Amino acid sequence: MSDTTIKVPVMADVTAEGKTPEVLFWTGCAGSFDQRAQRVTIAFVKILNALNVDYAVLGPEEACTGDPARRAGNEFVFQMLAQQNIMTLNTYNVKKIVTTCPHCFNIIKNEYPELGGNYEVVHHTQFLSELIKAGKLTVQGGEFKGKTITFHDSCYLGRANEVYEAPRDVLEALDADLIEMKSCKTRGLCCGAGGAQMFKEDEPGHKRINQERTDEVMETGANYVAVGCPFCNTMITDGVKEKDRQDYIKVLDIAEMVAKANGL
Amino acid sequence: MAIAQIIIFISAVIIATFFVLDRITTITYNIKLGKDETIHSDLSFRLKSMLLIAFGQKKMFKRPIAALLHLAVYGAFLITQIELIEIFIDGFIGKHRSIWALLHGWQPTRWLYTITINMIELASIGALFATFAFLWRRNALKLPRFHKPEMKGWPSLDANLILLFEIALVTFIMMMNGGDQALQRMGAHHYHQTDMFVVSYPISMFLEQFSMNTVLFVERVGWWGHILLVLFFLVYVTYSKHLHIALAFPNTFFTRPEPKGQLANMPAVQKEVASMFDESMAEEPVDMNEELPSFGAKDVTELSWKSLLEAYTCTECGRCTSSCPANITGKKLSPRKIMMDTRDRMEELGKYKRMNGADEHDGKSLISDEYVSKEELRACTTCNACVEECPININPLKIIVELRRSMIMEEADSPQEWNTMFTNLENNQAPWQFAQSERLKWTEELNN
Repeated sequence: MSDTTIKVPVMADVTAEGKTPEVLFWTGCAGSFDQRAQRVTIAFVKILNALNVDYAVLGPEEACTGDPARRAGNEFVFQMLAQQNIMTLNTYNVKKIVTTCPHCFNIIKNEYPELGGNYEVVHHTQFLSELIKAGKLTVQGGEFKGKTITFHDSCYLGRANEVYEAPRDVLEALDADLIEMKSCKTRGLCCGAGGAQMFKEDEPGHKRINQERTDEVMETGANYVAVGCPFCNTMITDGVKEKDRQDYIKVLDIAEMVAKANGL
Repeated sequence: MAIAQIIIFISAVIIATFFVLDRITTITYNIKLGKDETIHSDLSFRLKSMLLIAFGQKKMFKRPIAALLHLAVYGAFLITQIELIEIFIDGFIGKHRSIWALLHGWQPTRWLYTITINMIELASIGALFATFAFLWRRNALKLPRFHKPEMKGWPSLDANLILLFEIALVTFIMMMNGGDQALQRMGAHHYHQTDMFVVSYPISMFLEQFSMNTVLFVERVGWWGHILLVLFFLVYVTYSKHLHIALAFPNTFFTRPEPKGQLANMPAVQKEVASMFDESMAEEPVDMNEELPSFGAKDVTELSWKSLLEAYTCTECGRCTSSCPANITGKKLSPRKIMMDTRDRMEELGKYKRMNGADEHDGKSLISDEYVSKEELRACTTCNACVEECPININPLKIIVELRRSMIMEEADSPQEWNTMFTNLENNQAPWQFAQSERLKWTEELNN
């Protein structure tokens, strides 16, 4: 399958051809620009492509959702970005959005409606879990078979929106041992990136938050940490590197795991 | 003598009622200092939240040991209210065990009375055990969440005093019922023969060796000590963090139904930005006399009434703080302190306004070195752990975000790195300095 060239459909082109894609893949700023998160984007696109999902991306017409601005307290910058995005989305008559970023997921799902943006929004782990349940996506264990995986709940998927089972359902399909950290699900510990912390240094303290979380990861003795958020991915990857454990614990997004297991 | 006791009793009730009503007026005034907020929920959601979370203590059971101990005290508190009815009637009419006198003639009601008093005694012993365990946890085990900087001084004393009151209350109940049963057997006038009350029965056997006057003294000290402490406690609680015993109910009733991830919109900013996109809106003449809205909250008057109610409801248990990633890693932020500062600032400003007029302001604010510092505000990851943890649905994050909005938009006081991020967002529509045209660059990697 990897021999074929994949072409990513862009909304403007697809619309010009008179087609309306079923689902918009909201790539997000991290997914578009961050080198690590780009690999997740690519993995997810490979899955969409392999399953012949009718999707498109906005590409240059996508702007940041405004999450870091609003959470830092800058409502003006948030409103500018959000209203611009809603105009774009409404112009294309978008109905359903899938995104690999829980921050984008939360804000489009919960905060855009009041500004006139009403869409069905799903996180990619929900999207994948639905495909598995519907029998459209089968996942072989591949390199994960018999290995141990721990899942890091991102705050904006978990507590913020109470999505705890979908990512775990996908991981279950990998034939690996799923082990939970000391703090998980409703009590999951933040990676330290939310609330625009990603974009500044920690305030003075005795430890970085990602180090605290990485300690919990290591306590499980898992071979893999599965994540569903580009920022958690960065934070935990950094934490593991600081402890020089990157050869023993791999930090992977659930989309990457599914793609790898299926040889995509 | 009986008349004297009735006069003392009625006076004590009137004095306590006066102080409680005065405090209710003050607390209501202070909560009304806040801004309007509509809670978008229907009656069934509200009742369900209140019954499950306040009455049913659903969220307490995330920490089972504390939950069971708390349940013992809470259960005893609820059931003891029944005995208080009789004590009040006795106090007003100068009789003894007037409800027993009414019920003992018929077997089923006689049993009802006896079982109720025995259940109260058993629950009281459970509460006593739990109270000692609480004191132990607080002062000997020194659980970290009870020893954060914001707990120094009055908050710690407040917590311990309440536990000591609880011990005193149970002691008085036992003196009262033990003395009563001894006096019944000693044939004291006025003391009806009742059935056995199991917990205080051994106490009555012990008391029988003393003179009737001594036992009468013990029983009266128990009865009066109990009721006077209850009245004192009613007043005390309105000044204390212990107010959650009442406010947990309205606070959970008005639970915000939105997902935790959803922040409140700012319609004023929405409108202003919309007018930049839509010229027809910009052409509307601007009313120069219109007072500019302030953004976010610098002081308690700019927070919503719900946040202020939450501040009075907080009982400083510290579950929020012990789950806060910033606090765990040694940052200054403590969600509990946010609630305590909000309450203390509200008390301070409310007092000032009642003395100097409702339109006056003392020039201080909630964001300040005295209350919430900017370092605390900057440390929050908006992870909602504090919101999730609170057993009575208090939302410290809501206050933090409102204060941040003021810090960033009113004072333009943001870390340099955030300013860079804001600039990138305005110029490149991304938090980093990448060109918008490069949003599809990753597709080049796709087929490599």
